[in-house]
Amino acid sequence: MSEHPTTYVPKSAFGKWFESRLPIAGLIHSSFIAFPVPRNLTYFWTFGAILVFMLVSQIVTGVFLAMYYTPNAALAFQSVEHIMRDVNYGWLIRYLHANGASMFFVAVYIHIFRNFYYGSYKAPREVLYILGVIIFLLMMATAFMGYVLPWGQMSFWGATVITNLFSAIPVVGDTIVSYLWGGYSVGNPTLNRFFSLHYLLPFMIAGVVILHIWALHVPGQNNPTGIPIKSGKDAVPFTPYATIKDIFAVVVFMLFFAYWVFYLPNYLGHADNYIPANPAVTPAHIVPEWYFLPFYAILRAIPDKLGGVIAMISAILIWCFMPWLDTSKVRSTAYRPLYKQFFWLFVAVCILLGWLGSRPAEGWYVIASQICTVYYFAHFLIVLPVLGFVERPLPLPNSILESVMGVQKGGAGMPAGANAEPHSKG
Amino acid sequence: MAETTTHVAEPTRRDFLYIATGAAAAVGGATLVWPFIQSLAPDAATVAAGAPVEVDLTPIAQGQIVKVFWRGKLIFIRHRTAEEIKAAEDVNMASLRDPQPDSARVKEGHAQWLVVYGNCTHLGCVPLGQQGEYHGWFCPCHGSVFDTSGRVRGGPAPINLPIPPYSFASDTKIIIGQEATA
Ligand code: HEM
Ligand code: FES
Repeated sequence: MSEHPTTYVPKSAFGKWFESRLPIAGLIHSSFIAFPVPRNLTYFWTFGAILVFMLVSQIVTGVFLAMYYTPNAALAFQSVEHIMRDVNYGWLIRYLHANGASMFFVAVYIHIFRNFYYGSYKAPREVLYILGVIIFLLMMATAFMGYVLPWGQMSFWGATVITNLFSAIPVVGDTIVSYLWGGYSVGNPTLNRFFSLHYLLPFMIAGVVILHIWALHVPGQNNPTGIPIKSGKDAVPFTPYATIKDIFAVVVFMLFFAYWVFYLPNYLGHADNYIPANPAVTPAHIVPEWYFLPFYAILRAIPDKLGGVIAMISAILIWCFMPWLDTSKVRSTAYRPLYKQFFWLFVAVCILLGWLGSRPAEGWYVIASQICTVYYFAHFLIVLPVLGFVERPLPLPNSILESVMGVQKGGAGMPAGANAEPHSKG
Repeated sequence: MAETTTHVAEPTRRDFLYIATGAAAAVGGATLVWPFIQSLAPDAATVAAGAPVEVDLTPIAQGQIVKVFWRGKLIFIRHRTAEEIKAAEDVNMASLRDPQPDSARVKEGHAQWLVVYGNCTHLGCVPLGQQGEYHGWFCPCHGSVFDTSGRVRGGPAPINLPIPPYSFASDTKIIIGQEATA
C-alpha cells in the first residue's frame, strides 16, 4: 500500500532478545510510528485519539470514585454527597467523571458524523465501522448504568423507564424485567448489579477499541477525498505527523472539557438528581441525559409501546446496514453535491429530534417528533439507496497528493521537494 | 485405515462420537449458565418480603388517593366519589383499548374502593391522580391517560393499571397480597 518502512529492527541486544520472544515493539512501531497516514487529514480525524483519551479518563476517575462510593440503595446518595463534600478533591473527581461522560459523547457524535460525511463506513471498512457501532451501544449502556449510581430521582426513574422498555417484549417481557431488577421494582439488587456492570463494561469497550484499531490498520484511514492512498507521496508517517496533531487536539479538547468541569459542572445534569430516589413520586418532567435525547424522542413519537421500543432500537441498529444501503460509489460527500444537502438536512433532523426529546410529550411536539422520526428512517431507507443512482458526483482527484498540491504539470512551479515523500524530506 | 476414512460416506463411529461429545458439552454449558441466570431473579429474601400487608381504610377520605407499597411496588388505594364511580361505570366498552367493565376491577359491594398498581403500564412512571381528561390519572412521562377505574384511555400505555391480589378482611380493612379464599 505504501513504501513506508513497516519492518521494525530492534537496535539493542535486549531489544532483539525481547522482540524474538514478544514482538510488541514491532507491533507498536508499525501501528503508531511507521503507519502511513493520508497527508490530507483534517482535525475531524483527531477524534479517535480524543475518544481514547476520554475512555482512559473515565476509567481513571471511575476507579477512584469506586473507592469512595457505596453501591447500596440506602447509602448510595449519601456516599455521593460524601464524595462531594468530604473526600479531598472528591468534587473534582466526580465532576470530571460526570462531565467526562458528556464529553465522551460529544466526541463520539462528531466521530460518527465524520464517518457519515466522508463515507468511511463503505467497503473496505464495514467491519471497522460496525465495531464502532458496538462501542457506541456499550457506551450507552455504561453511561445509563452510571447515571443510576448516585440514586437520585432521575437515577431511579431513568432506571425504571429504561428497564421497563424490556416489558414491551411479548410473553417473556415481564419475566425479563424482574430478572433485570432482581425484584419486583427497581431497588437495591438493581443498584448492585448496575454498579458491577458499570465497572465491567468500560473494560469491554477497551477490548472492542483494540479490535476497532486493528480493523482500522488493515485498510488504513479514510480521508477527506475518500480515495485511497495510491503511493507513498499520498501519505505521511504516523509519527510525528499524526502523533503531534492528535496530542494537540486532545489538549484543546481538554480545555473545552475543563470549561464544563470548572464553570458549568451541573449544567448538563438535572437538578432532580440531587433529590434522593423516591419510588412514590415521579419528577414532573423526566428527561434522559442529553446524549440519549434523539433516541428518546423517537421512542415517544410512536404511540404504541412495543412499536416505540422497536423504533428506538432500530434507529441505532440501522447504522449497521449503511455500508449496503448507500449505493453511491463515491465515498466523500465533498464530491456528492446532492447528498451534501441531504446530509445537512439529516444533521438538522437529528438535532431537532434531540431538542424535541427534551420537551414534554404533548401537542405539536409529538407531531414534530413523528415527522422527524419518519424522516430519520427515510434518510437511511430511501435517500441513501436512491441517491447513488440519480446523483452525478463531481470528478474525483487522481490522488490525495493532487487534491492538496493541485494538479502537477511536471512539478513546475512547486517548491523543491514539496511533493517528495515526507520521510525523505530534510 | 486410510480406506475407511476416504471411501465411507456413511456416518462413522467417529461422527457419532463428535456429535455425542458436542451434545454433552452443550448440555454441560447450559447447565453451568443456568445458576448464573437464576441468580439474577428476585432472591429468596425479596420473595419473602412479599408477604401480604394489611391496610386500614378508615383514614382515607372520599376523593383521596393513598399510596402504599407491597413487594416494593407502588399501589394506589382510591376512595372514589359517587361521580367517579358513575363515570367509571358509564363507559362504552367498545371505546376502550383494554376493555374491562368497572365491576370487574373492584370487589363486589366495595365499588368506592379502587386498588390498582401505581406504575404506569407504559414505562413505569407514577401517574398523577385526579388529572387528565377523565380525572383518573395522567402520566407526566409520556402522556398516558387513565380513567377513574384505572383503565387506559389515551397515550402509549398498552393496558389498564393492573389490580394487585387483595381481599377485604372487613369493610374498613384490606389485605394486599392475599385473595379471598372463597
Ligand atoms: C465508558 C466509560 C464510562 C462512562 C461513560 C461513565 C459514565 C458515568 C456516569 C454518567 C455517571 C453518573 C455521574 C453522576 O451524575 O454523578 C457515572 C457514575 C459513576 N461511575 Fe462511571 N462511567 C464510565 C466508566 C467508569 C468506570 C470504569 C468506573 C469504575 C471503575 C466507574 C465508576 C463510577 C462510579 C463509582 C459512579 C458513581 C459516582 C457518581 O455518581 O459520581 N465509571 N459514570
Ligand atoms: S411511563 Fe407513563 S406514559 Fe410512559
